[in-house]
Order: sequence, then structure tokens, then C-alpha cells
Amino acid sequence: MRIGAGEEFAGEGILAITKALLESGVAYVGGYQGSPISHLMDVLSDAEEILGELGIHFETSANEAAAAAMAAASVNYPLRGAVTFKSTVGTNVASDALANLASGGVTGGVVFIVGEDYGEGSSIMQERTHAFAMKSQMWLIDPRPNVPSIVKAVGQAFELSEASNTPVFLQMRIRSCHVHGRFIAKDNVRPSPSLRDALENPKRDLERIVLPPASFVHEQEKVHKRWPAAIEYIKANGLNEHFEGGRDDVGIIVQGGLYNSLIRTLERLRLSDTYGNSDIPIYVMNVTYPMIDDEVVSFCRGKNAVLLIEEGQPNYIEQSVGSMLRRADSSTVLVGKDVFPMAGEYTIQVLRSGLVGFLEQHQVFFKPPEDPMQQIAGFISEIDGYVPPRPPGLCTGCPERPVFASLKMLQQEMGEFHVSADIGCHLFSILPPFNIGNTTMGYGLGAAGASAFNTESDRPAISIMGDGGFWHNGLTSGIGNAVFNQSDGLTIVVDNNYSAATGGQDLLSSKGEAEGRSTQHPIEKAVQGIGVKWTKTVRTYDIGEMRKALKEAVTQKGTGPKVLVAQSECMLNKQRREKPLFAKAVGDGKRVVRERFGVDEDTCTGDHACIRLSGCPSLTVKPNPDPLKRQPVSFVDNSCVGCGNCGEVAHEAVLCPSFYKAEIIFNPGAFDVFLWNLRKKFIGWLQNRADRRRLRAA
Amino acid sequence: MDTNRERPISVAMLALGGQGGGVLTGWLVETAEANGYIAQSTYVAGVAQRTGATVYCVEMFPQEAARVAGQLPVFTPYPVPGDVDLVIAGEMAETGRAIEKGFVTPNATTLIASSHRVYSMPEKEALGDGIMDLSRVADVAVRASKQFVCFDMQKAADETGSVISSVLLGAIAASGALPFDRQAFEETIRRMGKAVESNLRGFAAGFDGVNEAPVQDPVIAIEKASPRGPSGRALAERVKAELPEAVRDIALHGALRTLDYQDIRYANDYLDALGAFVQADNADFDYALTAEVARQLALQMSYEDTIRVADLKTRRERFDRIRKHVAAGDDQPVRVVEYFHPRIEEFCDALPSFLGSMILRSALLRKMLAPFFRKGRNISTTSISGFLFLYMLSKMKRIRRTTYRYKQQKIFIDDWLDKVTAAVCDDYDYALSVARCIEIVKGYGETYERGRTRYLATVGAAAATKNADAVRRLHRAALADEQGRVFDETMAALEANG
Repeated sequence: MRIGAGEEFAGEGILAITKALLESGVAYVGGYQGSPISHLMDVLSDAEEILGELGIHFETSANEAAAAAMAAASVNYPLRGAVTFKSTVGTNVASDALANLASGGVTGGVVFIVGEDYGEGSSIMQERTHAFAMKSQMWLIDPRPNVPSIVKAVGQAFELSEASNTPVFLQMRIRSCHVHGRFIAKDNVRPSPSLRDALENPKRDLERIVLPPASFVHEQEKVHKRWPAAIEYIKANGLNEHFEGGRDDVGIIVQGGLYNSLIRTLERLRLSDTYGNSDIPIYVMNVTYPMIDDEVVSFCRGKNAVLLIEEGQPNYIEQSVGSMLRRADSSTVLVGKDVFPMAGEYTIQVLRSGLVGFLEQHQVFFKPPEDPMQQIAGFISEIDGYVPPRPPGLCTGCPERPVFASLKMLQQEMGEFHVSADIGCHLFSILPPFNIGNTTMGYGLGAAGASAFNTESDRPAISIMGDGGFWHNGLTSGIGNAVFNQSDGLTIVVDNNYSAATGGQDLLSSKGEAEGRSTQHPIEKAVQGIGVKWTKTVRTYDIGEMRKALKEAVTQKGTGPKVLVAQSECMLNKQRREKPLFAKAVGDGKRVVRERFGVDEDTCTGDHACIRLSGCPSLTVKPNPDPLKRQPVSFVDNSCVGCGNCGEVAHEAVLCPSFYKAEIIFNPGAFDVFLWNLRKKFIGWLQNRADRRRLRAA
Repeated sequence: MDTNRERPISVAMLALGGQGGGVLTGWLVETAEANGYIAQSTYVAGVAQRTGATVYCVEMFPQEAARVAGQLPVFTPYPVPGDVDLVIAGEMAETGRAIEKGFVTPNATTLIASSHRVYSMPEKEALGDGIMDLSRVADVAVRASKQFVCFDMQKAADETGSVISSVLLGAIAASGALPFDRQAFEETIRRMGKAVESNLRGFAAGFDGVNEAPVQDPVIAIEKASPRGPSGRALAERVKAELPEAVRDIALHGALRTLDYQDIRYANDYLDALGAFVQADNADFDYALTAEVARQLALQMSYEDTIRVADLKTRRERFDRIRKHVAAGDDQPVRVVEYFHPRIEEFCDALPSFLGSMILRSALLRKMLAPFFRKGRNISTTSISGFLFLYMLSKMKRIRRTTYRYKQQKIFIDDWLDKVTAAVCDDYDYALSVARCIEIVKGYGETYERGRTRYLATVGAAAATKNADAVRRLHRAALADEQGRVFDETMAALEANG
């Protein structure tokens, strides 16, 4: 991060963006974690030393709305700022602040780095950030997916923002976030003025505040001043790219983010070389909003047909380009979603069939090489239905597992409940083996998602919320809402010390100390403070306690909303912390005990009830070693971390007696050794007796 | 593939969470960049990072070619069907998935896969055998790829105290799919500087594995039954003298199991029953029915009561097995804690018959005893008191014949044997289905009750129609779900069809 001008920087897209921000002289950075930009937040967190040296303020915001509101610092002062979150979910949350910011406009450049979670690997609803850009009139940059282009886009985004007094979205697709590449760095720049300079010389401009009559003026400004300024900057600096091709009868317009996929598709069709020297002219929209009408029209001029490649729906760009051509009275035919699928990711296979369709439709003479899929299709159909699906699940030893095992047992006892789920690792409860959860309405909205069921019933609604969602907004939108509206339902808050699903970031209720943050604020106290009478904090692995608490909560009436805090540390983070410590202790000769579980294969019934109440990756099956039995036995593999869930479940669900826990003592003390020898002698003596007797009878 | 095309080398990898796909990707990029190539990698993790599979994509292009052209190549963010030179799959089902995604092309793709399985949730949670047979995937993989390198790389990693990513890297190096030699890859491991020794060991195992490996793992052969002492040998003699060739092995397994379970008299009872049964069987079907009865009868006769569990839990072999399983060092103390939660039913099973049946029939006694069975018990078999308790319990074997469960079980088994015997006269296949159906009665507690109820319902429903297909459908349905929805639906459908 510290490297200076002329040096080569190597790393992932996200890392490159971080470096580009430092080079741009940002004064503040905020955001909320979530795939695919979680890593950006982590990198910034780890880089706090450098940020401090440069006088940059970095903040892990409470949620995306809070993060977006940070940009208010750039309204009156020429301070550059960057904010990042997952999109479109984060943009949804942020949109109130975004709309206010975009209305008044900015003085210092503001860039929103949005991780566009679309297509394969996405965990959210499939929507486009494009709509937000249009509705608030913020500019949307969609750079070509290689590291130098991405880095360049960061600098241009700030300049564009300042040139047009408008906040800018920099859209990062999933694969671009993780792309490894290199670029030549520049020196890091200290922000000037600094935050402190601004704070101590406050400026006030009533015209920048969203209140009538200024708000009406803002709308006029957007159209008459900021928009033309943006167009001017984009054109003058050549943000969009026009690549000439050999042909002049057809052309392709493509979103910057899809450029590489397009070139590979053309290359495979023998219409380009591997360097992107294409036969067909290409207009690359690195800025997808606003569009530059005269650039588009002049690109299309003289061509019979133009193919527009736009991923996602609705096809905003295609609609705009269509109307541009119509107004310019152009005779060029526009082809887009008629040869491409309306919805879904544009992989190279999809691009290929669309391109071939376009070229055939417009009788461009070319003979496509054989589609390799034809060669492969037979093999794919041969194994169709023979490859087991692999739904995701909770990690080995996850503390959320016993919560859902308890809930499943409660349902086995009392019948099924309506369960309002939330966003987080705990959402995996909806999949096998737990199959728990009816809806999910958004981050922190588990409790609010059950609020309609505030009605007289013997089976109250149960809602789930993670600690991440709780602090994001769930405390007010869920718990406060339930108190105020006198709900009688149960909310289980899964408290695992981190915002775990996004990569283990710290929260208000984290148990550990975090440098530069205030943690250790218990969730139970927060809900009591907001007016909840029935609260309990239970260690998740105490399944007996958990079941008792759950049953009490769903059977007790008239005490208002109940909040059960299910507390235990995220195992992934715990292991990350403890594994090296354990290894070190063993090495240092300290007495330490490792626990792990096992299943006796000769008493295992092969019914796998234990697995149906667990789903732990380390609790698996293996072929039955007994020649008489046909069904595979349960088996605990080497990855077991000894969390204790298996034993508790075996007790509580009255399973078979096959589970055992082994405590392996490293560097035993003198008393351990004494006891061990004594026991070994006694037990060995009895076992010898039994062995002799058995052999005699054998 | 068109060899005249100047194009990057393309690599796709499917790795499960925890397999080190990111590390392996880093190694490939590092090796390429250190050996005159420009490289790009990217991946999609998303929700798949939690126990699902992640797809990584790496592309490499010779620096020299780019210099001559004066331009940089455009890399793809996706593995492109038809253009992937090397596919790496960290597990067998993922090998199938790589083919399904279109990454593997004949004549073009080197496919490197570990043959081991990491079972998926649907396979694991089945009430019986849910494991999918992937031999078809292996078969297709051979034909769908240019070169298929497949062996158990997890085993290789475990054996060398390494991780599967380093074994995979070794296999990549040996396959010759990338233009770098062994030293180049090893140099990368050294340069990265993390766990160098163990990674190099894993690498070597992977490298050697390519040349030595059979394409598929051999099918695990069923162990032959072999007697250990005089009683066992006498039983083996009896089996040889009285039973047809086709059933001898399984019958001897059964006889030795019942001998181990109780005593020689019990084992002789077992062979008596089989001897009687074989008379009703038919040589034309190669005594398939007797073989099935031999298997199921042995299992039903060696039902797991608390005495048996105590016996198995206190054996020396088990202690050795646990030490091996947890990789305990020589003489390293290991404390073992058992999780028992017997219900009143299991308690009564081991009581003398009259007492057991008295308690089970009396609501008052059940209620009085209930508090003793509410909670599970942790017993340490490595402590003197815990071991002694189970050891004494296992000694109750001597009075097993007087216990409640023994008598109940005998009635249950005889009833089943009668049903099967009677069924042979009707239809051989039907008899076979009834004989096998009893396998759903297994285990303890709820599993046992559930299996028993569904078994009785199945044979009851089939008694009228004597339809083998109906029995098999119910048998399958009984293992479909815990709640019995599928079983009830199947039963209703069969009844509706008369």
C-alpha cells in the first residue's frame, strides 16, 4: 500500500481499488461489509496505520444508510470521500441518503464503490444498480474488468464527480473484485483540505440542503447544469472507448464490465485476435449512465445494424439507445434482448449464441466454427442426475447448529411453527437437514417479517435475527417495533461475536477488544433498554437449556415480545484464533486438552438421525465395515473441532449410544500420568480377562 | 481445438471450502509469472464458500508473445467451454460438476481429479443408504477428457501430513498440462515460504501419484469370515456340511456374529433355523432367499440391547480403534466419555421378563421411574468406575435369555421367519422382499420404534396382495423421511389401487 510512483502493484481487484483510493487523496472512507466487497473493508481495517499517517478517516458504518450519509462531508467542503457496500441490497438500504446527497449535489468528489452481486455465486435477489443511478441521477461507471482499467476508473470517478457536482457509482462485478492483476502505482496523496481543516472552518450553504424551495432548484440543476457537465467531462476525457474494426456494416455496443467476455467470444468465433483486435467495431460504455447520445449516434452512423450487449433487466440502456437512434432519425437497426436472453448472467456461452444470432440475422458473411458445446452435450446428458447436488451449510462446529437442532426438536414435539428468517449464515437453516424458515425479507428484518402475525395463537411466530442484522437495523425495526406494537412472538438473536457471514467483522456486541472501536455491548441489555421484559441469554451448545427456553418462550402468553439471545462464538473465527495458540502451547510443553467426537461403527444403526439434527461437515458417513450390514455408518472425520453438539443432540434427542467424546491430553502432568497408568492397568487387566474368555468361547 | 490460435492457457478449478483452492490458484499464478508468463486469476465464492464448491479460473499467456505483438492479451473472467486446457477437481462429485459446466472437452482438456468423496447433505441425511454411485461420472470423465488423472489425493495428503492443494499441484506438474517443469513448481512453494516442508511432501506424493495411480479405486472386497477358535471352527464345519455353497460365507458371518453375541448354543440355534429354512428355498434361484435370511436373521438375533452395547464399548479393540482414530501418540492419555440416554423401554428390555413387562404395562410404575430416564448420562469408559459399571453390565449376557427383550425378540423373529417361509410357496420374489424388509427394524429408541411400526404396517398391507413390488415400494418409502409422510402417502396410494 505504501509503494510509490513507478512501482508495480500486484494483487486482487479489491486491493488495487484500495491503493487507488489512497492515490486519489480521499479524506474519508466508510462502508458496510458484504460479498463481494467485504474484502475491501477488511483491507482498509488492516491498513488503518497507513490511513492514520495520511490523515484519512475510515469507519465501519452501522449500515449502508449510515455509510452513505457520511458523504455529507463532501457537500460543503472539497473533501474527497469513498463509500462501499454490496449492491443492490446495500444500495437499497442506502438509498435515502443517496437521494438526498444527489439532490443537493457535492463539492468534493464522492465515489460509491458498489459490489454488484449478480450472476453465479450471488447470494441475493437479481437486480441492477443501474436503476438507482437513473432515479437519483448519479453517474454509473462500469469499467473493463482488468486491474489497470479499474484503477484508472477510480481516479476518473472522482474527477467526474467534482466536474459535475454529482456522486458517482463505481460498479464492481464479482469476478472483477477477485481478479488478480498488476498496475503501475502512483504516490499516495494526503487529503487537502483535511477533515480537521473543514471541521474548524465550517461552511453553510442553504442552497445545498434538501428543503423547498432549494429541492426544486436541485432538480433543475441536475438537468441543466450537472448533466451537461458530466457529458462534457466524459467526452473530453474519453471515458468511453471506441475500437475500430475492419468492417463498417455492423458494430457492437457493450458495457465495460462485459468487454473481456465479448473479446473472448469474438476470438472464438475468429472475429478477433486474443489482444482484442476485432473485425467488428466496438463502442465500450465504461460509463453506462449517463449515456453520451452523440457518441452513440455517431458510432451507429452508416452501419446496417448494431448489437447492444447489456446484462440484466430491464434493458434500460437498450431503451435509451433505441430512442436516441429514433430521434436522430437513424436507419441503423438496433439488436439487443431479441437475440440475448432477457434475464440472467451473460456468460461466454450466452454471448456466443447471441452474437451468432445477430450476425446471421444481418447476413454478415461468416461461418461460425463448431460450437464446442455440441461435443460436450452428450457427456453432460450422460451424467445428468448422477452428480449429487451440494447445498451450502453451516461450517464445522458452527454455534448456530445447536440452535436449529433445538428448534427442530421443538417442532418435532409441538408441531411446525411459522419461522421468519433473516440474512446471515443462519439462513442456511432453510436447507437440509433443518428445513426451517418460511421467508426472508432483508438484513435485520427477521422480526419485522413476522410482525403481521401479531395475533392470538397457541403457536406464536418465531423469528430469527443475527447479531449483524440486529445492529444493522433489527434493534429498532424488529425489536422496538415488536415492543411498541405489543407483539407476543419470539425473536432468537444469534449472537456469535462477529458479523460472521460477511467475513467476521467486529460489531457492538463483539466479545473481543477491537482497536479503535468500542465493543462488548451486550444484546440482552440493548433489548431490555428498548422495553423487552422476557429476555434470556443461552449458550447455544447447551441444547437442554435452549430447548427449555424455547418452549417457555412459545408457551408463555401476555408478557410481550420475547428475545432469546443464542450466544457462542463463531467457530471459524474461534479456530482461526485458537488453532495457532493451541499448536504453540503444545510446542511449549504446556498441558492442553483437545476434544473431538467419534461414532462407534459397530453400534451405529445407519439411520443417520444424528446427521439430520446436525449437518456438520465433519459428521459424515462411510461404507459400513460390517459385512452383514448394508447401510453406511455415521462417521466423524478429522476436521471435528469437538464443539459438543453431537453429544448434546444424542442426549436430547435420545439417539443411539454410539457417540463418544475423546479428550486427548497433550503434555500430561505427573498426576495425569499417574491416573492414566492406574486406569490402564486396571482396565487392561479386565480386558485381558474378557479377551481370554472370549477366545475360549470363540 | 484449433492449434493455430494464439490464445492463453486456460485453467478451471472446482474446490470445496477448506481445500485451499485460493492457495493453489496463487501457486499457479506465481509459477506462471516467475516463468515468463502474464497471468490472471479470478473466482466466484459467494454462498458457496460455506461447504459448497468454488470455481477458480486462471489464464496464462507468454510474455514474449505479448512483447512481440506490442499489446496485452484480453483474459476472460469465465472458464470457457471448449477452451479449458486444464481442469482440477478436488473431489469426485465436483469432477461431475466440472463436466456438467462444460469445462471438459475431449482432445483438449487434461482433467485432474481426486477420487475421494466428500458426501453432500442429501447423501448423508438419508435414513438408509443415500450415497450416490459415481462410477458413471468416472466412466464419462475418461471419454470426455484428453487425459484423466484420478486418484485419492486426500489420502495422499493425509499420509504425507500435507494438504490436498499441494497434492493437486504435484499432480498438475506431473500431468504436463502446463509448460513448467517440476522444479518451477517446487520453487514456487519455497518462495511462498509457508509450510514448505509439508507442502513439498504433498507435492511429491501428487507428482508420483500420477504415474502410479489406477484410474479408479478398486471395489472394497467383503472380508471373508474366519473363525478364531474351536467353537468357530465347529460352526464353520456345520455351515459347510449343511448349507449350499452360495450362502456359506454369509451364514458363517452370521454364525460367528451370534456366537460372539451370546454363546455357541445361540449360534447353533441360528444355524438350526437356517438349516430348516434352506429346505423351503429353491436352488433355481441360487438360494438368494436363504442368503438374505442368513443376513437378516443374524442381525435380528444380535439386536443391540444395553448388555451388547456395554460389551462392545468395553472391548480392547474399540479402545485401540479410538486411539487410532484420534491419532493419539504412544501412551498419550486419552479420556473417553460415552453419551448414553436409555429410555425406560431400554431399561426394561434388560430386566427379567416378568419385571420388564410389569413395569411397561403399569402406568404408575412408569411414571415413578420416569425421572431416572429424563436426562442423558455421560459415562467415562476410561475411568475405573465407569469402565467397571459397563463391564458388569456386559456380564449380564449370562442371564440374557431370561430378559424381557429376548423373549419379545424371539416372538418377533419367529413371526418374520414364518411369514417368509409361507411366502416362498406364493412367490419367490415376494418372499425375498419380505425377508429383506425387516432391515428397517434396527437400532434403539425412536429409530427402532419407527422401523418396527413401518415394518409391521408393510408386511400387514402386503399380506393380502402378496406383491413384491408393493413391499419394496413401502420399504423404500419407510426410509424416505422421519415423519413418515412418504410412507403414509405410499400406503394410501397402494390401498387406493387395491
